[in-house]
Amino acid sequence: MKIKLHVWRQLNPESKGAMETYSLDGVNPDMSFLEMMDMLNEQLIEEGKEGVAFDHDCREGVCGACSMVINGEAHGPKRETTTCQLYMRHFSDGAEIYVEPFRSGAFPIIRDLMVDRSAFDRIIQSGGFISNHSGPKPEPNSIPIDPGVAETALDAASCIGCGACVAACPNGSAMLFTAAKVSHLGMLPQGQTERYDRVQDMTTQMEEEGFGSCRNYAECEAQCPKGISIAFIGRMNSDFLKASLVEPVDRRGKMKAQ
Amino acid sequence: MLTLDAKLPQGPIEDAWTNHKDQLRLVGPKNRSKYKVLVIGSGLSGASAAASIGAMGYQVECFCFQDSPRRAHSIAAQGGINASKNYRNDGDSTWRLFVDTQKGGDFRAREENVYRLAELSTAIIDQAVSQGVPFAREYGGKLANRSFGGVLVERTFYCRGETGQQLLLGAYQALEEQIAAKTVNMQTRTEVLDYVIIDGKVRGVISRDLVTGEIKRHVADAVVLATGGYGNVYYLSTNAKNCNVSALMRAYRRGAGFANPCFTQIHPTSIPASGDYQSKLTLMSESLRNDGRIWVPRNKDEKRKPSDIPEADRYYYLEERYPRYGNLVPRDVAARNAKDVCDQGLGVGPTGYGVYLDFAAAIEQKGVDAVKSKYANLFEMYERITDDDPTKTPMRIFPAVHYTMGGLWVDYNLMTTIPGMFAVGEANFADHGANRLGASSLMQCLADGYFIIPVTIGNYLSGLEKDNLTTDDEHFAKVEAEVRDHANKMLSIKGKRSTNSIHRELGKIMWEHCGIQRTEASLKEGLKKIPELREEFWNNASILGVNESMNQSMEHAGRVADFLDFGELMCRDALLRDESCGCHLREEHQTPEGEAKRNDEDFAYTAVFEYKGEGEEPELNKEPLNFEALPLMTRNYKS
Ligand SMILES: Cc1cc2nc3c(=O)[nH]c(=O)nc-3n(C[C@H](O)[C@H](O)[C@H](O)COP(=O)(O)OP(=O)(O)OC[C@H]3O[C@@H](n4cnc5c(N)ncnc54)[C@H](O)[C@@H]3O)c2cc1C
Ligand code: SF4
Ligand code: FES
Repeated sequence: MKIKLHVWRQLNPESKGAMETYSLDGVNPDMSFLEMMDMLNEQLIEEGKEGVAFDHDCREGVCGACSMVINGEAHGPKRETTTCQLYMRHFSDGAEIYVEPFRSGAFPIIRDLMVDRSAFDRIIQSGGFISNHSGPKPEPNSIPIDPGVAETALDAASCIGCGACVAACPNGSAMLFTAAKVSHLGMLPQGQTERYDRVQDMTTQMEEEGFGSCRNYAECEAQCPKGISIAFIGRMNSDFLKASLVEPVDRRGKMKAQ
Repeated sequence: MLTLDAKLPQGPIEDAWTNHKDQLRLVGPKNRSKYKVLVIGSGLSGASAAASIGAMGYQVECFCFQDSPRRAHSIAAQGGINASKNYRNDGDSTWRLFVDTQKGGDFRAREENVYRLAELSTAIIDQAVSQGVPFAREYGGKLANRSFGGVLVERTFYCRGETGQQLLLGAYQALEEQIAAKTVNMQTRTEVLDYVIIDGKVRGVISRDLVTGEIKRHVADAVVLATGGYGNVYYLSTNAKNCNVSALMRAYRRGAGFANPCFTQIHPTSIPASGDYQSKLTLMSESLRNDGRIWVPRNKDEKRKPSDIPEADRYYYLEERYPRYGNLVPRDVAARNAKDVCDQGLGVGPTGYGVYLDFAAAIEQKGVDAVKSKYANLFEMYERITDDDPTKTPMRIFPAVHYTMGGLWVDYNLMTTIPGMFAVGEANFADHGANRLGASSLMQCLADGYFIIPVTIGNYLSGLEKDNLTTDDEHFAKVEAEVRDHANKMLSIKGKRSTNSIHRELGKIMWEHCGIQRTEASLKEGLKKIPELREEFWNNASILGVNESMNQSMEHAGRVADFLDFGELMCRDALLRDESCGCHLREEHQTPEGEAKRNDEDFAYTAVFEYKGEGEEPELNKEPLNFEALPLMTRNYKS
């Protein structure tokens, strides 16, 4: 099949970017979207031009590296599908396709389609873990966990940290990502001790990173490749409320000061 | 000659690790922050190592080439992780896990290492659960298990089909905690390109910032390589696209022995390749073989749809050939048998290189919902890629390159032949022998990272005299200059061919000449073709851009250059190992039934290659293997 691609090219964070247009012939419908991008790059390299920079690694929908807005949607038109798992058979012959980076103030562009998502790591650093050094631990079967609870925690934990929720949100909010992590750990018995500090610390960090606030557009859920439910945002809000009502604020900070 | 002192503990194997640990020297808590450890890689082995060493109070700097440690290749592991918890009450024990792993590796691993792995397996599950890894649970809230190939017990713990992701998130979160605590300094989007060796010890690395192109120097007291496997030498594999061998090859060129490079595991259940443009193969977890039955049509010219083929015309070749293990034979056996029936012309799908993995019987017995819920995301993944629904028509699968058992040689403390340089996870050769059983790599990565390296590294560091070495030292300048020369040499080729096409061609050579089966002739042919392709690379590759900026073209080229050198080393090892064992099947050495035939008399050793300079033949060193706890026996999955 033949396709026409409009791709965002931008040399570095400071420079001005623009769409460039390329034509590809002989695209196989069984190619993945990234294999089509490889084909474009090989064509560019043979013409002596530099290829389009984009992030990718696992190519099976689980590392969360591949980030692109395709025809206006994060990871493209197919529901619950990452860019690497999108196939050219989902486009028609002769299609015109627009490819842009994930856009959000908190995700600065590095080059072309590549953005800096390290803000997510910093949100995790602020409390997205169970404090725990390696060494002998209690027998896990001594702490039974309802399988339904474990499953729901796993639903939340399935977030691949791709950032599509941010790119999809008109406000550039990172609520879905943060809520997924807060819920995953907050539902498990092991995560209880730090539960209320965690929700406060992670939401504070989220705001400091410059992500927008949640206005319930639900675009995040619609474009999340892992189908993470916005119900987790409700769960996080409820924990946040409890935290601000009952739990002492800034316990972590006080511990450090001791 | 390399000195291969494995430092194996003496005495009964049951107490070996405990006794060994008791004798290791320690660094006191107050002194740990004086030592700097570099951890290269942040997959399961690297993240667990960096987090654990950091939490002890050492200064750690951790590197990965992805934008976040959470994206390391480990995230893709699907099926599960083994531990001999005996939760099923089916007779599992440390001993049994040890025996299965030794046998699975066809007795080409050190038994002391394998025993330790089995012993630590239970602690890994405890550790992961305490980090909040949401393993599958039963109705009573206890942990659930399933079975993997090559064993007769259910000892595999899992999180749907995303076990690697969940375990990595556990380790990644532990790592992020340490980053926040400032014990670990994380360097993402950074590739380590070379090592600085002073007075025979590793004292630092040279890295390249993949965004700016800046070359940087890092001084260290010890370096831990956790850089994963090299299956991508075959171009097509189940590995993530960016997995490569460069970190290991460059260590090899600086004096680290490379052990058993030819041991490559070919996984039996991958989605078959369909066209030339394909950039990777997608694995369908082995756990599917719990419920899926593998078959091909009995007749060569079968044209009917699979559902229309009656039982009598189906050849359930694994069940017929291996009645006891059936569809759960080890990977190499399943892979070879698949290739065998396809070579006989019985294969299915457009290329004829595919076999059916059929869930119809399980669906009839347990209901479609039960089967679907067990393998939910795998079924979705399959459907997405092939456009076929596996609950309606059988999956098509074929073997694919998956895991590499070779790696840097390490002693019992996981130290390479370069003092101060350690290797953990898939990057070392230590625990899997000639084959790896399913669900055992995650176990090894985490045993190495959480429990072994944090204590053995202290033993090394406690013996070091502190000096005031800085990156201004001339040794750093020299290695940095060599790194720059290498980049400039690549950039000056100015040829026509994309490095991707050269990589693809190398992959074809490797698959044909050093793949599922090898012969003396095929390997010799491979050893002729690879140097020719290397010539082509250095004369005609098109590598654009400059060093001093982001340059994905050059990054890729550097990795392909290393794959070319490494492919040759692999073929050389495969040629010298004139026996069959585990995944290494030399066609000349088979039993009448087509099974791998070992030669323990001549080959019960680990092959360790030593670099002798560019263009020189590497020297083969041998570490003999002793089998005292578990005497040698023939691997047999038939009865
Ligand atoms: C599809 C698939 C499914 C699997 N399923 C299972 C399973 O169910 N059970 C099981 O036990 N095993 C499984 N495995 C195997 C297992 O996933 C791997 O062996 C294991 O994750 C390897 O972990 P690692 O820490 O050694 O390396 P990796 O996770 O590969 O990490 C390598 C790290 O090194 C870094 N790195 C590499 N080179 C450099 C460099 N030069 N400079 C800087 N950083 C560098 C990378 O950035 C990365 O962080 C599976 C493998 C695949 C491919
Ligand atoms: S919530 Fe969904 S869209 Fe957002 S980072 Fe996680 S997986 Fe990606
Ligand atoms: S490349 Fe890993 S999710 Fe797409």
